[in-house]
Parts: sequence; C-alpha cells; structure tokens
Amino acid sequence: MLQMSNELIDFFIVSIALLGIGIYGLSVKRNAIRMLFAVEIIINAANLNLVAFARFLPHSGGQTLALFSIAIAAAEVAVGLALIIVAYRMYKNVDIAEFRSLKG
Amino acid sequence: MVDATFLALSVLTIGSAIAALELRSLIYGSIALMGALGGVAGFFLLLDSPFVAMFQIAVYVGSIAVLILFTVMLVRRELIFIKVEDPKRRYAGIGLMLVLMVGLGALIIDSGLKSVTTDEPPVDFRLIGEDFLTYYWPALVLMALILAGSVTGALVLARREDVADEQRAD
Repeated sequence: MLQMSNELIDFFIVSIALLGIGIYGLSVKRNAIRMLFAVEIIINAANLNLVAFARFLPHSGGQTLALFSIAIAAAEVAVGLALIIVAYRMYKNVDIAEFRSLKG
Repeated sequence: MVDATFLALSVLTIGSAIAALELRSLIYGSIALMGALGGVAGFFLLLDSPFVAMFQIAVYVGSIAVLILFTVMLVRRELIFIKVEDPKRRYAGIGLMLVLMVGLGALIIDSGLKSVTTDEPPVDFRLIGEDFLTYYWPALVLMALILAGSVTGALVLARREDVADEQRAD
C-alpha cells in the first residue's frame, strides 16, 4: 500500500480517544488490576502516535522508539503484577484504598 | 478521508478499551484489553509497520495479556466481580476525559497537522534492524539488562514467603 488514504490526524484522534479512556480509568477505578489496564491503554496511545509520525515523515526512528517502548512496558507490567500479587497476599484485596500501611 | 478498515479498527480498539475498564468481570475485561491491543497492532499494519505490529502481537497480546489473565485467576473469586467506585468520582472522571479529549482534539485540529498525507514509500523494516545494531546498540544492551532485572525482581517479589506474616493486626 503505497498511497495512504488515511491522514495523520485520523490516527491522532484515535490516540487522543485512547489517552482519554486511559486517564478516565486511572482516575476513577480503585481496582489495582484495572488501573494497570488503563496504564497499558495510555502506553498504546503513545506508541500509536510514535508510529504514525514515523510513517508520515517517513523515518525509521519512530518505529525503533516504539519497539523500545513496548519492551519497557512489558517489564513494567511484570513488576506491576508482582507488586499486585504481594499486596493481595498482604491485604487479601486488590482495592488500592485498602493498601494503607504507608499511611501515617 | 478514512477508509472502512480504519473505521472498523477504531471502533474495535476504542470499544474494547472501554469494555476493558467497564466490564464487570475482570476476566472478560482482560480479554477485551487483548482486543484493544490487537486493534492497535492493526493500526500499525495500516501504517505500513509490519515489524512493530508483529512485536506488538507477540509481546502484548501474547505475553502481557496471558500474564494478566493468570494474575486475575490468582485473585479471590468475589474480588473479580466486585466494582467499588464512588459515583461522584466517576462523573468527575468522565468530565475530565471529555475535557481532555475536546481540548487536545481542538488543539490538534487547529494545528498545522491537518490533512497531512504522504505519497512516500514506507520505511523498510530492515533499516530498523540495522539501526538497532549500529546506532542504538548501547540502548539495546541496556534494555536487555532492564528486562532481565525487572523479570528477576518480579519473580523475587512474587515468591516472598514472609509477606503473609506482615498482615495488619486490625
């Protein structure tokens, strides 16, 4: 597909929608696993922007950066889920309002 | 103008993202999250970046979604279906989302990026491999170390035996 029928701005609008949904999830949800979902959605919105810019410039840098970003997100999810499991074993709950041993 | 594939993919991606956060069951939520991440992989294919799309499917839909599913299965059954949220906070969140979307959308539509298209051929993905091994090699090594460190750290954290003793007294 040499001729792109979609414009750069279409990808942006999808990306903004994903960012908005992610921020809504982060601010409203109290379940730690759902907050992790929201973070994943936000990271994907950012990756979509990177790859869209890389296609329309065109330059390979954006794709390289997106690959790095995906790999780091994988590491972040592994650590995040391990933390959730530890917190679950301590409090028998995944509600972040219940995690309060750091509270003074 | 957008084509039909783009429209279908955006409906799939945004719908699945909303479903991932709003479905009652966390298991269905994580399956919906898989749909959203697969939809983003579809966008990468539309943007002529097959390598990133395959990487996205392998890492996100393949491993992260399965990891999340297993974590959800480790959590008690009642907690999977429970939904605790403050209705006031929920309306505030929806308001924040709409303000953000409208603000950023207006900013982007008003900017010079409107109706940017390209006739140029896509970047050859072999260039990405060359970049990785020449210009970005220190970053690649660092990323490998970070991945190894984080996976080891996650394993150590999840296997801690003394955690159960530290439960709150109340």
